[in-house]
Formats: sequence, C-alpha cells, structure tokens
Amino acid sequence: MNFHTEEPIHVQLAGVEKWYNELNVLKGMDLQAERGEFIAVVGKSGCGKSTLLRLVAGLEQSSSGFIYMDQKPLKSLNKHARIMFQDGRLLPWKRVIDNIRIGLPGEWKGKATEALENVGLGDKKKEWPNNLSGGQRQRVALARALVHDPELLLLDEPLGALDAFTRMEMQGLIESLWQQKKFTSILVTHDVEEAVALADRVILIESGMIMMNQEIPLARPRQRTQPAFSMYLEMIMDRIMNRMPKKNYIVEQNYQMS
Amino acid sequence: MDRIKGSMKQIVPWVVPFLLLICWQVFSWMGIIPEKILPAPSDVFQAGLSLLGTGELYEHVSISLWRALAGFLIGGVIGFLFGLFNGISKYSDLLFDTSIQMLRNIPHLALIPLVILWFGIDETSKIFLVALGVMFPVYINTYHGIKSVDKKLIEMGRAYGLKGKSLFFSVIFPGALSSILVGIRFSLGVMWLTLIVAETISTDSGIGYMAMNAREFMQMDVIVLSIVIYALFGKLSDMIARYFEKKLLHWNT
Repeated sequence: MNFHTEEPIHVQLAGVEKWYNELNVLKGMDLQAERGEFIAVVGKSGCGKSTLLRLVAGLEQSSSGFIYMDQKPLKSLNKHARIMFQDGRLLPWKRVIDNIRIGLPGEWKGKATEALENVGLGDKKKEWPNNLSGGQRQRVALARALVHDPELLLLDEPLGALDAFTRMEMQGLIESLWQQKKFTSILVTHDVEEAVALADRVILIESGMIMMNQEIPLARPRQRTQPAFSMYLEMIMDRIMNRMPKKNYIVEQNYQMS
Repeated sequence: MDRIKGSMKQIVPWVVPFLLLICWQVFSWMGIIPEKILPAPSDVFQAGLSLLGTGELYEHVSISLWRALAGFLIGGVIGFLFGLFNGISKYSDLLFDTSIQMLRNIPHLALIPLVILWFGIDETSKIFLVALGVMFPVYINTYHGIKSVDKKLIEMGRAYGLKGKSLFFSVIFPGALSSILVGIRFSLGVMWLTLIVAETISTDSGIGYMAMNAREFMQMDVIVLSIVIYALFGKLSDMIARYFEKKLLHWNT
C-alpha cells in the first residue's frame, strides 16, 4: 500500500488533549489515518490508548484540539464509526440475532443474517449470548459492529480476553473482513505481535504522547516466522521496554517482502 | 441432585407437609390434641365444605381477593413509576427520593388508627393500607434495579445509536427486570400480611372478618380454615410470581 498519494485524510486528530480533573491523559496528539488504512495503537496500560479510541468514537469529548472526520469536526457521537469492546458487551437478554440488529433501522433480517454468516456463526442465530464461548461472543460483537457497514471500525482490545489459538483465528477473520469491506480501522491492543500482524502502521503511545509511528510495509497475509516480521516486532518492543537496540535493524523505508 | 428424577423432584418437597398433616389427623383422633385447642384437619375440611355450600366462603374470599388485588395494583404502579423516574432522572431522584425513604421508615400498620379515622372501616381503608405496604418494596427494587444496570451496556447502546425509548426498552428495562420482579415477589408477601391485619382489626366482611367472627362463637374449625386459606393464597401468589420470573428471565439460565 502506498501512503503518499492524494487520498483524502479520513480521520484526523489535531492537538487533541484529554484531562480528567487534574490528570492529563492525552497530551497534544496529532494523528492522521487515510481511508482504508489499518492502524494499530500499542502502549502500556494506562498510556491513554483506550481514551484515544473513545474520543474518536465520540463517546467522550476532548478537552482541547479537534478530531476531524473527512475534514469535518466531530462534535458528538461518531455516526460513521462503530466500536467493538474488549468484553463484547452483548445484551444477555437478547438472542444472538437480536443483538446484531441493535440500532439497525428498517429491513434488518437479511443484513443481520449475512453479518452473522460472515463471521461463521450462521447456525447460532437463536442462541443466548450466555451459551456461547468467549471467542464466539467476540465474533457476534464483530458482526454487530460490521452490520452497519461502518466507514471506520474501532477495536478496543477486542481479543485481549481470548486464548492464543482463538486469537489467531480472530485476527485472520478481522484481516479478511477488512480487506473485503475496505473500512478504515483503528485497533488498540497491548499485543505488539497482533499489531504487527494486522496493521499498516503501528503507533506507540507513552504517557499520552505518540512516541513512535512505524509503517509495516509487509505483504499480506503475513507470516510471523519471516525475518522482517520479527525485526519490526523487536524494534517496537525495544522501544516500549526502553532497551538499547541489540543490533542494527535493516530498516529501509520501502522494505518489501513478498 | 442430578440423579433425582424429574417426577421425584416434584413430589419430594411435599412429603414433609403431608406427613405432618397425617400426624395431626391421627393425634386428633386419638385425643392427644384436644378439639378446643386445634380441630382435626377433617373438621376444618368439613367446615370449608359447609361454608362453601352456604355461599359464605365465596363471598368472603372474593372480597378479600379484590382488596388484595386493588391495593397491590395501586401501590405497585405508584411504587414502580417513582422507582422508574427516580432511577432514570437525577432531578426526580433529588426531589423525591429522600421524602420516600422517610415515609418508608414508618411501619405502615402503625397508621391503622389514623386510617380508620380518615376512611372509616370500609374498603378504602384496607385498600389504602395494602397499597401503602406494597409501594415501598416495589419502589426500592425498581429504583435499585435501574440504578445498577451495567453502565457499559448503556454506553454500548448509545454507541450503537440507541437513545430515549429504544435505549430504555432494549437495555435499561430488561437490565432492571430481575430486580423489579424480586420487589414484586416481596411485595406480594407484604400484601397478604397487611390485608390479614387490616381485616382482623376492622371490617365487616372478608376472610379476616370470618375468622374474628368465628372466634366469638368458638368455631375453631372456621378459624383454622381462614388461616389455611391465607396460607394457600400466599403460596399461590408466590407461584404465579415465580412463573413470571422464569418466563421473563429465561435467558438467565
């Protein structure tokens, strides 16, 4: 993917700050995402990455600075975006299909069924969420977010509570749906490997500031065993842990693997 | 517990009451329990049949049921609405909650002398007392239920475009429902209790009146019959409440 074309900027943060009383969670954050780009935001707990996502979703308002969607400032709930939460937040008193149709106007049946089939749970329509496994619940939550055909998908550590195997499966699913539907995506995660596997660009946040903005120009689907993958992974990890680089990274701006 | 079969599960809880009943009957026959202290179950049953024959029983039971139901509906609706508004709106909460909590701490049965002076001993006084007793448990549990709906689910609903009515019916009300039903079940108990006391003290009809009237003529069997009827209605209303709980909360299994 080439980032230097005239593609319009889809999401833009300009000097965004967030204060909770005396606590400065985000400190003058500038960030741009192009249409269709997959951005991963990593950082230690409490660095402000989830707050960033909630601001873009419009669930909270920034203390100063602006968030623009297609150059228009965001003032309330972001109608172009859908957010998927770590704990799924399915309504336990609604069956799977009725959870997916939440907020869908008009003719919903076909859309909801299709969304459920897209995440491979076409046969669970009538189940109660409590009877599903953790991975299945997150699939339903993903279907519920995507049924609205959002231009922007916000993922708040969506796979954090899943076991390693289910997580890999879900990463594949998210990647393929993203390639298919071409929505812009911002993924908040504490799993750097997940970030490198999925994102076009990895942002590292430390105490409310962007400390690293690293493109990952690897071809998809990405093999985690390939040397370039490990190199990016190590580079970001070193930066997070404040380790001195052990060796010289073979960093080239247009590094390509196929 | 899993090994106990379905039909056994239905029968076992009734074994102890049934055995007690048989013992009671046998001891009465043998004269161990004097008739003046406690009549035999068969006598109570006989009394029930004869009162049923004269139509007296039907009259008393239906008037009691009517009082219970009317009081429950009035008190329940008022308690529910206050619980709802105070749970949802901060302003309403600020304005009313403290006053309601103060009123709640007055034992409503203590108002009986006052209520008799206000309304006399006719229907109004009994329905008023039942409504007053029922109102508070419904209020507290509705209020608490709405206050304790998972904030994360409400946020999810808002993020997915729900607001106002749709947010209430999709998220807030179903989230509060189990607590509301607990309040209703509890208030059914209060309903019978209040009615029993109100009917024994001041009335000219109803099951409580039947019992008090029987006392004047030393009709032990009728007194016990009244108690049994109260017990049966109490059990019945609890079963109905449980049925609705099961039906409305079937996702929670």
